[in-house]
Amino acid sequence: FLQYCLSGHPTLPCNVLKFKSTTIMLDCGLDMTSTLNFLPLPLVQSPRLSKLPGWVLKDGSMFLDKELKECSGHVFVDSVPEFCLPETELLDLSTVDVILISNYHCMMALPYITEYTGFTGTVYATEPTVQIGRLLMEELVNSIERVPKAQSASMWKNKEVQRLLPAPLKDAVEVSMWRKCYTMPEVNAALSKIQLVGYSQKIELFGAVQVTPLSSGYALGSSNWIIQSHYEKVSYVSGSSLLTTHPQPMDQASLKNSDVLILTGLTQIPTANPDGMVGEFCSNLAMTVRNGGNVLVPCYPSGVIYDLLECLYQYIDSAGLSNVPFYFISPVANSSLEFSQIFAEWLCHNKQTKVYLPEPPFPHAELIQTNKLKHYPSIHGDFSNDFKQPCVVFTGHPSLRFGDVVHFMELWGKSSLNTVIFTEPDFSYLDALAPYQPLAMKCVYCPIDTRLNFIQVSKLLKEVQPLHVVCPEQYTQPPPTQSHRTDLMIDCQPPAMSYRRAEVLTLPYKRRYEKIEIMPDLADSLVPLEIKPGISLATVSAVLHTKDNKHVLQLPPKPPQPPASKKRKRVSDDVPECKSLKPLLSGSIPMDQFVQTLEKHGFSDVKVEDTAKGHIVLLQEAETLIQLEEDSTHIICDNDEPLRVKLRDLVLKFLQKF
Amino acid sequence: MPEIKVTPLGAGQDVGRSCILVSIAGKNVMLDCGMHMGYNDDRRFPDFSYITQNGRLTDFLDCVIISHFHLDHCGALPYFSEMVGYDGPIYMTHPTKAICPILLEDYRKITVDKKGETNFFTSQMIKDCMKKVVAVHLHQTVQVDEELEIKAYYAGHVLGAAMFHIKVGCESVVYTGDYNMTPDRHLGAAWIDKCRPDLLISESTYATTIRDSKRCRERDFLKKVHETVERGGKVLIPVFALGRAQELCILLETFWERMNLKAPIYFSTGLTEKANHYYKLFITWTNQKIRKTFVQRNMFEFKHIKAFDRAFADNPGPMVVFATPGMLHAGQSLQIFRKWAGNEKNMVIMPGYCVQGTVGHKILSGQRKLEMEGRQILEVKMQVEYMSFSAHADAKGIMQLIRQAEPRNVLLVHGEAKKMEFLKQKIEQEFHVSCFMPANGETTTILTNPCIPVDISLGLLKRETAIGPGPDAKKPKLMHGTLLMKDNSFRLVSPEQALKELGLAEHQLRFTCRVHIQDPRKEHETVLRVYNHLKGILKDYSVQHLPDGSITVESILIQATAHSEDQGTKVLLVSWTYQDEELGSYLTSLLKKGLPQGT
Repeated sequence: FLQYCLSGHPTLPCNVLKFKSTTIMLDCGLDMTSTLNFLPLPLVQSPRLSKLPGWVLKDGSMFLDKELKECSGHVFVDSVPEFCLPETELLDLSTVDVILISNYHCMMALPYITEYTGFTGTVYATEPTVQIGRLLMEELVNSIERVPKAQSASMWKNKEVQRLLPAPLKDAVEVSMWRKCYTMPEVNAALSKIQLVGYSQKIELFGAVQVTPLSSGYALGSSNWIIQSHYEKVSYVSGSSLLTTHPQPMDQASLKNSDVLILTGLTQIPTANPDGMVGEFCSNLAMTVRNGGNVLVPCYPSGVIYDLLECLYQYIDSAGLSNVPFYFISPVANSSLEFSQIFAEWLCHNKQTKVYLPEPPFPHAELIQTNKLKHYPSIHGDFSNDFKQPCVVFTGHPSLRFGDVVHFMELWGKSSLNTVIFTEPDFSYLDALAPYQPLAMKCVYCPIDTRLNFIQVSKLLKEVQPLHVVCPEQYTQPPPTQSHRTDLMIDCQPPAMSYRRAEVLTLPYKRRYEKIEIMPDLADSLVPLEIKPGISLATVSAVLHTKDNKHVLQLPPKPPQPPASKKRKRVSDDVPECKSLKPLLSGSIPMDQFVQTLEKHGFSDVKVEDTAKGHIVLLQEAETLIQLEEDSTHIICDNDEPLRVKLRDLVLKFLQKF
Repeated sequence: MPEIKVTPLGAGQDVGRSCILVSIAGKNVMLDCGMHMGYNDDRRFPDFSYITQNGRLTDFLDCVIISHFHLDHCGALPYFSEMVGYDGPIYMTHPTKAICPILLEDYRKITVDKKGETNFFTSQMIKDCMKKVVAVHLHQTVQVDEELEIKAYYAGHVLGAAMFHIKVGCESVVYTGDYNMTPDRHLGAAWIDKCRPDLLISESTYATTIRDSKRCRERDFLKKVHETVERGGKVLIPVFALGRAQELCILLETFWERMNLKAPIYFSTGLTEKANHYYKLFITWTNQKIRKTFVQRNMFEFKHIKAFDRAFADNPGPMVVFATPGMLHAGQSLQIFRKWAGNEKNMVIMPGYCVQGTVGHKILSGQRKLEMEGRQILEVKMQVEYMSFSAHADAKGIMQLIRQAEPRNVLLVHGEAKKMEFLKQKIEQEFHVSCFMPANGETTTILTNPCIPVDISLGLLKRETAIGPGPDAKKPKLMHGTLLMKDNSFRLVSPEQALKELGLAEHQLRFTCRVHIQDPRKEHETVLRVYNHLKGILKDYSVQHLPDGSITVESILIQATAHSEDQGTKVLLVSWTYQDEELGSYLTSLLKKGLPQGT
C-alpha cells in the first residue's frame, strides 16, 4: 500500500494512505509558520508599524515598497497573513474516503480540504477534538477578520521577484500555494462533516478496513489511530505524550503487533524538560510581577494553558501573588474554560475521580470563582474598565502576528520591567519577536512540549515492536543546529523509512491470508479427518460469495434433478457442466491389504508381480492391470465402466483426500 | 448446535429487581443487579444462589454489566459483590459510576438508619464494591477477555443510561436496560446501529401503551399544577433525585418564568444541588440543545426552585414540592404525603411507574384508605394524578428499536406478563422472529447458528476469483480447498499447499481405458474422425490434435492403436487422472457409442 505525504511539517502532518482499496487521510495539519513572514495585524492602529520604511532592492528599485516593509534588518510582507496548505496536487483529494484526526492542532487545514477539493467523505474525530478544534478555528478567524486589512500583497510571490528577496522570504516554499484564512461558514461546513468517535471504538470502513482511535495522552481527546484489516495493522502515532498532565494516559498496549508504525508529532524541543520549563515559567512570572512589571503569555486558548493555570493555582499564594490579576483574553476564553470541565471521561484518573464527588476537574473553576482569574472575549469592552497593572495576561496568537497579543506587545514592549514568556513550542520566539525589534521588554523562552522525546520513542518502539517504522525525514537525522547530537534522532532496526513533503512512499507488507466465513450448514457438512496428531483436515467444495469486501462460503446448490419424462437426449446434453473439482490424493496403497480387499470383492484370480518401483496387480479374467507405486496408481482396463468404478473406489479407500 | 441461555433472576414478567443471567458461547454475563421496591424481605434482592450453589461467583461469572443508576437495576450490587462475594469486573458508564454510589448510600440510610434493619450492606461495602467498577465510554469496544467484548450505546432513559452489545465470536446479545426512543427536555433518544444480534433483550414497561405526544402531556401537567396552585393547594411530586426530576424542574422553571408565578417550588433532599452538578459535569450525556447552549446558559441552574426544609410542609398557602423517593414507599415523599393527603385542595402527581406493593401503586389503582404502620388508617382526599413522564420506550418505541437492531430473536423483561403477551404477538407478527418472555428463574434457550470465520490463503482466493465461469463477475463461484485445523486455528488453503505444509506427496491415480471402435480405416484417419467428433460435441473444452497423432481433451490423452488380431477394429486408449474423473468417464462412454457415420 501507498503513503502520500502532503505536509513537510513533522508536528502538523497530513498523509494519505491507500490501504486495501480505501483512501484514508491521516490528519490535516496547517503550517502557520508562514505567517512569521508577515507584519503583525494590530487591533489599534500602531504608529510604529505604519511608519516602517518600504523595502528597497539593492539596485535601488522601489517597486516592492508597498508590499514589503523593513524592521530592524528584517523584511516583512505587509498583508493579511497567509498559511501554507498541505500539498493538493499530489493526488486527487476528492478520492479521499475518510479523514482521521488525531488532535485539535492537527485539524486546522480541514476547511481547505473539505470545502475546496470535492471531498465527499467522512471525517472522524473525538468530541473534545472537535469542540476545541472549533474554538481554535473560531479564534483564528475572529482575530484575522476583525482587523480588515485593505492590502493583499501578491507581487512578491512572483518567482522572479522572490529570487531577489532576502532570506527567509527567498527560501519560503510554495508561496504560490499560500492561502488566506478561511471563514466561519467554511469552518461550520467542514465541522459538519465530522462523525464523533470514542476511544477504542471500532469503525468499519466499507467492510474492508477497521479504524480505531486510541488515547494518545497529549491533549483532551487526542488520539492515535489503528488502521487494520484482518491481517495487516498500521499504527498511526501522532502527538503522543507519556507525561502525566491532564489528558487520559496514552494507550501503548494496543499499538503492539503493528506491521507499520507511522510516527509523527514528536516534541519540537527535545532538549527541554517540560517540568523544568513550568518551574522557570512560574519563577520568571513571579519575579516580574514583584518588580512591578507585567507578564505576557502568548498562548493557544486550550491545552497547556490548563496546566499552567493549575500550577499557578498552587503557586500564587505561596509566591505572594494573590492580589495580582490574571487575565485570559480570547474570543473563546469562556468556552474553552467551560468545555475543559465537561470532558471528564477524557481526563486522567485523578481528574476523573473529582467529577465523582462531584467537583469540577480543573481548579481554574475556583480561580474564576475567587476572581483571581478573569476572562474576556477581547481587549475592547469590559476588559478596558477592569484592567489593572501589574498583571498577567494569557492571550493569542503565539505567532505574535494577530490576535490581542499584538496590542500587548506594542503596549508593553518599551519597558524593561515587563516580560513576555514563550511557552508554546510551535514558533521560533526570535522570529516571532523580529517585527517588534528593538524591544526593551524581557523575553523568556520556556517552551513546554509534552510530546514524546527520542528516549521515550526508543522505549516505546522496544515495547510495541513494529515491523517497520515510517517517519518524517527530520526524525532520521540530528537537528540541523545540533548535528553532533546523534541521540536526537530515531534509532531502530530495521532503520526507519523517511518521507518528505510531496513524496509517495510504498509501505512494505506481506499479506498471505484473508478472512472468509463458512456458513453453518456448510460447516455441518464437512467431514474432518485427523491426519497427524492435533492436525485435522477437511476438503471443502463450496460456493464463494463476495459482497462489500466480505467473503462467504456456502453449500453448493444441489444439481437440478433431471426431468422425469425426457425426450430423446442429445449427446451433448450429457457433457459435464463445469470442470468438476476432484480433490488431490495422498498416501500409499499397502500391497497385501489391497490384494485381500480385491479378493473380498470377488476377484479370485489376482496375480502380483514385483517391478523396480513397486508392484503390478493383474486381474487376469478382467484383462485388467493395476500398477502400484509409492506415489501413483495406474488402472488399465477395458472399457468396462462398472468394473473401473469399483476398482477406483477400492483404491480410494486407501488414500486421503485433499 | 451452539445456544444462548437466558435466565431472569428478576424482572422476568415483572418490574423491579432487574437481574438477568446470559450464557453465550461459554461466557456467563450478569445483566444488572437490582433491588425490588415492592418487598422488604429476602425477595427484594435476586436469588444469587441460583447462579452457583457451592462455587464462587467470581469463577462462574465473566462480568457484570449495569445499565443505569436506578436502584431497581443496581440496588443489590454491594450485597452481591461484598456480602455474597464477587471480585470480577463490573462495567457501567461514567455517569452511572458517579451517581450509583450516592443512590446506594441513600438507600442504605433509609433501610438501616430509618427502618433500623441490620444485616444490610454498609457504606464501606458500597465503596469497596465501586472499586470493582470499570467505567466505559459510549461506543468503546471493551475487551473483557480474549473472546468476550462489550459495547455501550446511548439509551436516553436517565443520565448515563446505556444499552449493551455483548459479543463472543459471531454470536451476540443486546441488552437494552431501560431506554427511551424520544428525546425529552434534557436527554436524547436511544440509538443503536444495525448490529443484528442473535438476541435482543428489551424492557417492556410500556408494552401496550402508545403515548400521546410529549407536548400534550407537558401541557396537561403544567395545567394541573397551575390550577392547584391557583386555588391555594399544595402539589406533591414524588420523584427520584436524578432523572425525571431534572426534566420536570426545567419544565416548571420555564413555566414559572413565562407566567411570572410566585408560589414557591421546593426540591427535597440535599441531593438537588449535587444532582444538578452531576448534570453539569456530564453535560455531554444530555441532549443536543442543552449541550449546545451550556456555555451561555446552564439549564441546570434554577432560579425558582429552592431547597426544601421539613418545616415548610406545614406552611400555609400554595407550593410545589419535589420529594424523593418516587414511588412513595419511604422517606420524605411519604412523610409529606401523609401530611397533605387529607386535604382535597392538594394534589399528588405521580410522574412515573410504581411497582406493586408501594403506596404509589396503591393510590394509583384507586385505593383511598391506606393502612400505614401501626395499623393507622390514612384517608386520601387529595387528588391523585398520574402522568407518564418516566422515560421508557412505549410500544412504538420498542418496535422502532427492533427495526434498528434487526435481532434474530427478542426476549422481553421488565414488564407485566399480560402486556408482554400482547407485545410478543405483535413482534412475532411484524418481524417474524421468535419472541420470549420467561418468568423469573425460567431459562430460555435460543439456538444460534454462528458462521465460522477461517483464514483463506490469498492465493486460493485469488485463483478462485480468477477462474470464475464467464464474464459475470457477480455470479457466485465454486471453489475447492482444504481446511486445515490445528489447535484453534482454521485455515483454508489450496490442496497443493495443504499437501506441502503437511510434508505429504501427492498420490496420482490414473486410469487408462481401452475402447474398441469398428473402423477399417487407417489409424491416423480414425484419429482424425475421433478428433472431429469430439470437437463437434465438446464445444466448451479445448480439444487438440497433437503432431504425434494423439488427441487431448483438456488433460485427457487419447491414442489409437490397431487391434492385434482384428484389422477392422481400432483400440483407443483413453487415459486420465482422478482429477478429471468425470470428463474421462464421459469420454469413454461417448466413444463406446462409436463414431457417427459420414465423418
